[in-house]
Amino acid sequence: MSEKFLSLQNIEKRFPIPGKEDYIAVTDVNLEIKKNEIISIIGHSGCGKSTLLNMISGLDAQTEGAILLENKHVQGPGPERAVVFQNHSLLPWLSVYQNIEMAVKKVMPELSAFELRERVEKFVSMVNLDHAKDKLPGEISGGMKQRVGIARALSIQPKVLLMDEPFGALDSLTRANLQEHLMRIQQNVKNTVIVITHDIDEAVLLSDRVIMMTNGPEATIGEILEVNLERPRNRVELQHDPEYIRCREAILSFLYEKFAKDDE
Amino acid sequence: MNTELVKKIVLPFLVFLFIIQIWSGIANVVEDFPTPTDTYVAAFGGVNADGDEMVGVLSDPFYVNNQDDKGIFWQIVASLERVFAGFVLAILVGVPVGLFVGMSKTAQYALNPFIQIFKPVSPLAWLPLLLFIFQDINLTAISTIFITSIWPIIINTALGVKSVSEDYMNVAKVLRFSPLEKIIQIILPVSVPYIFTGMRLSLGIAWLVIVAAEMLTGGIGIGFWIWDEYNNLNYHNIIIGIIVVGLIGFFLDIIMGKIADYFDYTKKGRA
Ligand SMILES: Nc1ncnc2c1ncn2[C@@H]1O[C@H](COP(=O)(O)OP(=O)(O)OP(=O)(O)O)[C@@H](O)[C@H]1O
Ligand SMILES: [Mg+2]
Repeated sequence: MSEKFLSLQNIEKRFPIPGKEDYIAVTDVNLEIKKNEIISIIGHSGCGKSTLLNMISGLDAQTEGAILLENKHVQGPGPERAVVFQNHSLLPWLSVYQNIEMAVKKVMPELSAFELRERVEKFVSMVNLDHAKDKLPGEISGGMKQRVGIARALSIQPKVLLMDEPFGALDSLTRANLQEHLMRIQQNVKNTVIVITHDIDEAVLLSDRVIMMTNGPEATIGEILEVNLERPRNRVELQHDPEYIRCREAILSFLYEKFAKDDE
Repeated sequence: MNTELVKKIVLPFLVFLFIIQIWSGIANVVEDFPTPTDTYVAAFGGVNADGDEMVGVLSDPFYVNNQDDKGIFWQIVASLERVFAGFVLAILVGVPVGLFVGMSKTAQYALNPFIQIFKPVSPLAWLPLLLFIFQDINLTAISTIFITSIWPIIINTALGVKSVSEDYMNVAKVLRFSPLEKIIQIILPVSVPYIFTGMRLSLGIAWLVIVAAEMLTGGIGIGFWIWDEYNNLNYHNIIIGIIVVGLIGFFLDIIMGKIADYFDYTKKGRA
């Protein structure tokens, strides 16, 4: 298996501003992501994390540079790069089941009715929502909605799972619960995941590597931190693990000493 | 029985009595103005103020004497047929146009000025022109209703399309939906409540306009009938006509509202 799975080469994103010079949000981003790796991107608000993720998902195009997935140029959005949106983006007129079904049906049109149902049910079960599968998004909690969003994204068998602050809108208990879910799923079915987060503990807990971004404009990758922790990881035990503490401190010092943001 | 319900029955009844009082007052002052009793007799039959035995307009609504003299039921049917014909045509044209205007900036820029200019024109202003084109009462009435109904449908459909959140479109993009799939799976479900709001508005205005249109075109229809009764000096029948038109408009609105709720996903799961 080739190490080169997803690579970002000299990525730059400029936003045209009427009557002014372009705003250079991110520049000079170079990154190699291995298959089945979990990467988190952390950085201060406005540094360009979403911008970067949107370029990988293809929802927005980079101004310069290339993005290659398995040596093929990424052009426009596609189901091999599934996105879990911060606000879940479930279609409110479809039930939990139908939301997943809609995606699977579109991406795997070759499935028979039976296979389709089996696949949808499998992903409903994966996020423990069997009891709620016929409910509409408006009838379930925020954490459950986000679980459906994850199930929907994974159900189409993406090569990369992209998550933009997937748990950002949730309270800390629900958040922890979803992190556990994600780690358990990852334990069973390996995925390549890129997750944007604001939360230092979340970054360390979930990732193999943490990408730390400098502040914008012209933000870029400042440091990359390897998290050398065994899996499965247990959040309680980790609290006293020297490696965990080292990682936390590295991120803290990056964000609040080297690239502190005074206007926050 | 709860007091809310009692209020809902008793209060309108009190207002009703009050209206009857005012009406009687006017009938006393204005010469030949029909009294409530005259009107009741004219509607349901009985012996009128002159001591003549009368058949009520509403107690024999189905009669057909000849082509130009039919019971009120047939007048109403004629009006409803025209309203529905024009209304359905307006939906068939208005919804696709609205989708187009909502989805394409180009279409919006191209069509918006005309929509904005023609929308405030009373549909009755079109009537002479339509009469000239069609030389036919029925087609004229139907096309007048078509023009009446189409603006709210176009505008609300376009509004519905605009209200589709960027997030849903992103989901569609990631799944690589074709334009048709986008319309059917995302845009229509979001727009349907808006489209029905437009339809409900349209139907309400169409029912207002048909009465006036028929007064101008003549022939048959509830509007024609009211005008005809004026020419025959049957003033009580005008009042009956007004009440009947009001009741039908009220029921049309209730039915449209029920259909709209049925198709509105936000009324189902509180999404
Ligand atoms: N469409 C746009 N036009 C102009 N500037 C933009 C646009 N989108 C983003 N920006 C700018 O680019 C910078 C990066 O934005 P981005 O949303 O990627 O930040 P972020 O790191 O995701 O922030 P947050 O943590 O608050 O979500 C910001 O300064 C933002 O103002
Ligand atoms: Mg962001």
